[in-house]
Amino acid sequence: MRFMSSLSIGQFIPGESFIHRLDPRCKIIATIILMTGLFMASGIPDFALWICLLVIFSTLSGIKLTTILRSGRPVLFLVLITVVLNLFWTPGSPLVRLGPLSVTREGLIVASSMGLRLLFLVIFAGILMMTTSPMAFSDGLERLMSPMAVLRFPTSEMAMMMTIALRFIPTLFEETDRILKAQISRGADFESGGLMRRARSFIPILVPLFVLVFQRAENLAVAMESRCYVPGAPRTRMNPLRWSGRDSSALACLSVFVLFAIFCDRYVFKIYLTWFAAQ
Amino acid sequence: MSIIADDISYTYNTGTPAESAALRGVSLTVERGEWVSIVGHTGSGKSTLAQHLNLLLTPQSGAISIDGVEVKPGSKRSREFRRRVGLVFQYPETQFFAETVRAEIEFAPSNWGSRGDVLKERVDEAVSSSGLDPLLLDKNPFTLSGGQRRRVAIASVIAMKPDYLVLDEPTAGLDATGIKELTQLLGKLRNAGLAVVQVTHDLRSALSLSDKILVLENGSCVVYGSPELVAEYLVDNPVRGLVIPPVVRFVSGLREKGIDIPLNSGLGEIIKSIEVFKGRL
Ligand SMILES: Nc1ncnc2c1ncn2[C@@H]1O[C@H](COP(=O)(O)OP(=O)(O)OP(=O)(O)O)[C@@H](O)[C@H]1O
Ligand SMILES: [Mg+2]
Repeated sequence: MRFMSSLSIGQFIPGESFIHRLDPRCKIIATIILMTGLFMASGIPDFALWICLLVIFSTLSGIKLTTILRSGRPVLFLVLITVVLNLFWTPGSPLVRLGPLSVTREGLIVASSMGLRLLFLVIFAGILMMTTSPMAFSDGLERLMSPMAVLRFPTSEMAMMMTIALRFIPTLFEETDRILKAQISRGADFESGGLMRRARSFIPILVPLFVLVFQRAENLAVAMESRCYVPGAPRTRMNPLRWSGRDSSALACLSVFVLFAIFCDRYVFKIYLTWFAAQ
Repeated sequence: MSIIADDISYTYNTGTPAESAALRGVSLTVERGEWVSIVGHTGSGKSTLAQHLNLLLTPQSGAISIDGVEVKPGSKRSREFRRRVGLVFQYPETQFFAETVRAEIEFAPSNWGSRGDVLKERVDEAVSSSGLDPLLLDKNPFTLSGGQRRRVAIASVIAMKPDYLVLDEPTAGLDATGIKELTQLLGKLRNAGLAVVQVTHDLRSALSLSDKILVLENGSCVVYGSPELVAEYLVDNPVRGLVIPPVVRFVSGLREKGIDIPLNSGLGEIIKSIEVFKGRL
């Protein structure tokens, strides 16, 4: 029987490593820089550099490389579709023919770089989530968005909502698992019957789950109000974020690395690509 | 006719950072008509064991056999076995989904193919044997009181006519009257031939009600046997988080004074043996 694993994708892995201890703002900015870099340098050879970076991150965060790579698993299917589509639908000089379809040399290049790019985007985001606690993450995001408060954008409320939502994801998984088991032990059957019957068989899961979620939400709202939560009121923090020299240097190093990757992509690897295209 | 758990072990999230061993080599036998209690501190693996008895979890090592048949993982028959071993979850009222109590109780038997008159009969039987007021049948289960909801939850499992009834902390969150009534109800079901497996924190009720007790600590079996045996063991080797009932401590004090009575005696026996003792003086 397949039950939901409470350890869902991209979850925080507590630790005390260098990356864990960086300011969340630094990690969020770093992720944005990385993603930009990925878009600007996504030739096949560039990925040698990106893989080096993954190895460095793995060492600095104390998280096994396999665990880091595994965070790309949820999008594997999407990647596969992207690869297949690009492989067959990119015009160019054909390499292999499969009936009416043909794989072109250009298709091969585009498909693999698109697939890898997508995969690495998710993996880099995964590293952020694995090394940053949900609390720290939403704190960092709130601070980064705080300039928008001038435009009356409710940043602190947004951050609070996000914190609560993130906090409840694992709980919801656990509860779903429990309700699922309870109904299975009362003979619920999700696998047989037609589409309608199968859809209906989820009612015994969904109704208790909704009831539970509303109850939880109400309890939480009452608890927050009884502790005088006022949306948007100025408040101090228990663990104020501190930007240290370490964060600046980490960001600087990363920027240099990304610029280097872009430079390689533009000037060094070009030669290789020209050579490949000429073959 | 029995459930036999033979040396079963189970670890959650094997191979991930969140790995945690919940059961380490636990064995247990539940005969039909017996009352077995599983006691232990919070997190000791009681719920995990209960879910194994109902085949919701399959042991990673060891084996479970039900009525003489060893159940293999993914076996076609596990659905049939799951009917024979009814499991009432911790806080079972959180699984309610139907609009009426009747529909809630009909859920399990109809999943096993009962229809029409048979179904109605099953519901009526479950309602009467769980001591539920038949007037509640057309009410919305969400409007009932805590004790009533617990009864509905138990009735909804009894309605599938199990031979064994496993209850995970059935008295949690009930008041004293609710606990007493529920305990009486379980006693009645047991006398009607059902095996009752009760998971509980409460050593006192376990000692007075069970035929056998399994004490778990940290996933391992500390002691397993008759209430007398378990009481004897626990007086000498206290287990973290399990409170020895005052009566047992009192009796153990009497025994140190030379009064020879079983540790698990009731009030009547205690008084009688004190009188005998006084007579001897
Ligand atoms: N779904 C799960 N995923 C991961 N670990 C779990 C899961 N369920 C239980 N555990 C772990 O297994 C161990 C035993 O849990 P279990 O629920 O069986 O304890 P319990 O004796 O029923 O406790 P309680 O009295 O609090 O209900 C605990 O350490 C718990 O953290
Ligand atoms: Mg439990």
